[in-house]
Amino acid sequence: MATANTTTNTMDAARKALWDAGDIAQQDVDRLLGQLTRRDIDTGELFFQLARHESWMLEDGTVKNGAFGVDRGVGVRAISGEKTGFAYAEDVVLPALLDATKAARSIARGTGGGSAKALAPAAVPQRYAAVDPIASATEDAKVALLQRIDAFARSLDTRVSEVTARVSLNHETNLVVATDGTLCADVRPLARFDVSVIAVQGGRRERGSSGGGGRFDAAWLFDTDAAENYAREAVRMALLNLDAVNAPAGAMPVVLGPGWPGVLLHEAVGHGLEGDFNRKGTSAFAGRIGEKVASELCTVVDDATLPERRGSLSVDDEGTPGQRTTLIEGGILKGYLQDKHNARLMGVASTGNGRRESYAHLPMPRMTNTFLLPGESEPEEIIASVEKGVYAVSFGGGQVDITSGKFTFSATEAYLIENGKLGPPIRGATLSGNGPAVMGRVAMVGNNLELDQGVGVCGKNGQGVPVGVGQPTLKIDEITVGGTSA
Amino acid sequence: MKEVSAASNHERDPRQEAAELKDLVGSILDQARQQGATAAEVAVGSNTGLSVTVRKGDLETVEFHNDRGFGITVYVGTRKGNAHTSDASADAVRDTVRAAVHIAKYTQEDACNGLADAELMAATLPELDLYHPWAIDVHEATALATEAEAAALAFDSRIVNSEGAQLATQRNCHVYGNSHGFVEAVWGTSHSTSCSMIAADEQGLQRDYWYSVGRDHADLEDHIAVGREAARRAIARLDRRHIATGAYPVLFAPPMAASLVGHLLSAIGGTAQYRKESYLLDCIGRQVLRSDITLAEQPHRRKGLASAAFDGDGVATRAKAFVEDGVLASYVLGTYSARRLGLATSGNAGGVFNLDLIAKRRPVDELLREMGTGLVVTSLMGQGVNLVTGDYSRGAAGFWVADGEVQHPVDEVTIAANLDDVYKGIVGCGDDVDARHNIRTGSLLVAEMTVAA
Repeated sequence: MATANTTTNTMDAARKALWDAGDIAQQDVDRLLGQLTRRDIDTGELFFQLARHESWMLEDGTVKNGAFGVDRGVGVRAISGEKTGFAYAEDVVLPALLDATKAARSIARGTGGGSAKALAPAAVPQRYAAVDPIASATEDAKVALLQRIDAFARSLDTRVSEVTARVSLNHETNLVVATDGTLCADVRPLARFDVSVIAVQGGRRERGSSGGGGRFDAAWLFDTDAAENYAREAVRMALLNLDAVNAPAGAMPVVLGPGWPGVLLHEAVGHGLEGDFNRKGTSAFAGRIGEKVASELCTVVDDATLPERRGSLSVDDEGTPGQRTTLIEGGILKGYLQDKHNARLMGVASTGNGRRESYAHLPMPRMTNTFLLPGESEPEEIIASVEKGVYAVSFGGGQVDITSGKFTFSATEAYLIENGKLGPPIRGATLSGNGPAVMGRVAMVGNNLELDQGVGVCGKNGQGVPVGVGQPTLKIDEITVGGTSA
Repeated sequence: MKEVSAASNHERDPRQEAAELKDLVGSILDQARQQGATAAEVAVGSNTGLSVTVRKGDLETVEFHNDRGFGITVYVGTRKGNAHTSDASADAVRDTVRAAVHIAKYTQEDACNGLADAELMAATLPELDLYHPWAIDVHEATALATEAEAAALAFDSRIVNSEGAQLATQRNCHVYGNSHGFVEAVWGTSHSTSCSMIAADEQGLQRDYWYSVGRDHADLEDHIAVGREAARRAIARLDRRHIATGAYPVLFAPPMAASLVGHLLSAIGGTAQYRKESYLLDCIGRQVLRSDITLAEQPHRRKGLASAAFDGDGVATRAKAFVEDGVLASYVLGTYSARRLGLATSGNAGGVFNLDLIAKRRPVDELLREMGTGLVVTSLMGQGVNLVTGDYSRGAAGFWVADGEVQHPVDEVTIAANLDDVYKGIVGCGDDVDARHNIRTGSLLVAEMTVAA
């Protein structure tokens, strides 16, 4: 009951922000969808969006800059077979929408039925509250927060020489209507805090950084000591790296810590399981459903339904409710991540993974929160099992070539393992391997699943979207470590 | 296609659009003053275009782009606020200016904030020859992309799949103005053809791509040649073999060499310098490259992809060297970073504008012979570049060289070294300059890096 009620409220708020503001009425929207179906179009859609953001940035102990932005527009998409026509308008008024609609449908010839299905709003479970993070604190409070964190970070150690910190708050209102009867709204908060420090010792300088966030308002920064914890973590990492030794080079066992190192799964398997690449046969995983693609210890899911996580979606950008999709179970490939377009062409259902950066971008199958389920090993026993290797606990980011399966990700905090014990920290090393091959070499999986703190951004075809990753501690028997110490 | 208004935008006179945008900038600056800003600057951009993707002989996507938005920076004394919007309606302009002024009430004093000095504004604008609209419609664009892809698919039987061929064309108009009274417009066009192909052998799939880009479509590489080159590159990646971990000379092919030069430009960038987030601090007058290499900027090159008459602060751009005979001559500075460092701006707010690596150019074959045994890097992956320490460790693919000859492709390796050693270890520059990139360089031969396999 509460769900249906909240869905109605969200829809009302979206209509007000997106339709009423431009004098767009329900019958105008019906007319636009009707225009789309006048050609030989299989499906057509209008995606209305209002995105507001605000950020405040501190460096040198002062809050130097603040920025506020508003983007409003409508993306119009028409699909005929495998063809997609796309145009968008930044004036949310009827003439501009008619122009965009005509442009999008120009991919199709012939004449269609001329009528769209009646719009039918569906109640969907809400995975986050429709709050506005920008309005959740005063400007003075945001500025004071940054100053507090600057002073706190500097108080932790005299070797801290530079501190930069940023609070970024987003509030997005989306409304999607489609010729298949879809009528769906979503109000998405997104808050994030980042802190980065430079520590100096002798002639050596090292950086440490941390941060977190999610789909909620800014209260967690003011009501808890979360921001202090991010600062403490950034300082710890910078100081640690002051003593780091050169990383080894070559193939060796690697233990990955819990949480953010789940970027491994994002790169090594996640992208390769997106429906578009598999429909086109361009992924190393194409046509392999039911095959063993990882060690039997690996079960990987994508879960948009986790409450308030950075990658979570009540509904995706095509109006499909977010869901939990099992990608790999016990090492066996179970399914792909789908948007409506690729699902229709592959004869399956959308998994609620149709996402787009904005109204000015085409939706594609994308990950939400992707993680590996826990196993049975104690984390200590995993490290103890390695005679000589690397333990990596934090990463800067990664990249994958989904066709060959090769991927890399770069460690920002890592240690040598010598005779089953943690050795000295090592300077940033890049790990490199082939997705299916590396997943086959996962030899131990810990019982300590953690999700990341909420700072992930995934890029694909030039579009960035917020995502989450996670995993327990795990051991890969052999992966290439790209250090300088041969 | 008559009904497709977005496709006929190239017919619009850019001078008229520039005049309209200049009026908009003027009115935004007026409002900023009325709302209490002591100084302000505004950038307005308009971008319209068409991109067509063909895959396996069929039209896959047609996208019409039509962006227009503006950003404003206001100063209230030495406090600063920023705001931007995609909405140029009167209400949105008023709200956006108000938001910027509001933010400037809360940010803190910073004596380095403010407009660039008035006498530095670009007084005369050189003719850069950037505007060459391409009167191509969706059908013609589809036909060209289809031909490019067909040439790639027919190149070799081991080409088994395609990620498609794309043709894209856009025109843009950019206006910058500030409360010194400086308001100027630049307009230009950019066109590209690209193709991405997949080859297969018993080891699996390999993908590679090629593209051509230019201000004038007449300068683009023949689209059939673009398709064939994409296919040739994908095929060349087949039959890869393992190599042993070790220290070897590494030859960076031109696009990868440009990325390497880009890291040096970041390390000498104003922001990295004043934040002390660079391994190269206080190094003006010090050697950063071998003495036979110069890095120089040519912002006024006609038809240049990164040509600009003024930078992001309205400051006139000018030809200059950042590194002269291996010695650092200038940081890459905008107004704010220059003030922070007690220096004069180099006219590089927004980055460098057409950078050339100048060195004695030698045939690549000669560089390979000098290399003897080592790795040619044709692609790089990941983010393993730490400018604070200079640590460099990235995923790489390319070709193994022995006895001065290419032997076989190599994949899934990493290359690592400290950037200072890499730059001082550049012992040769190829004659294969890639003109598609803001940073123009030939292949670069680095004496030694650790290759992990």
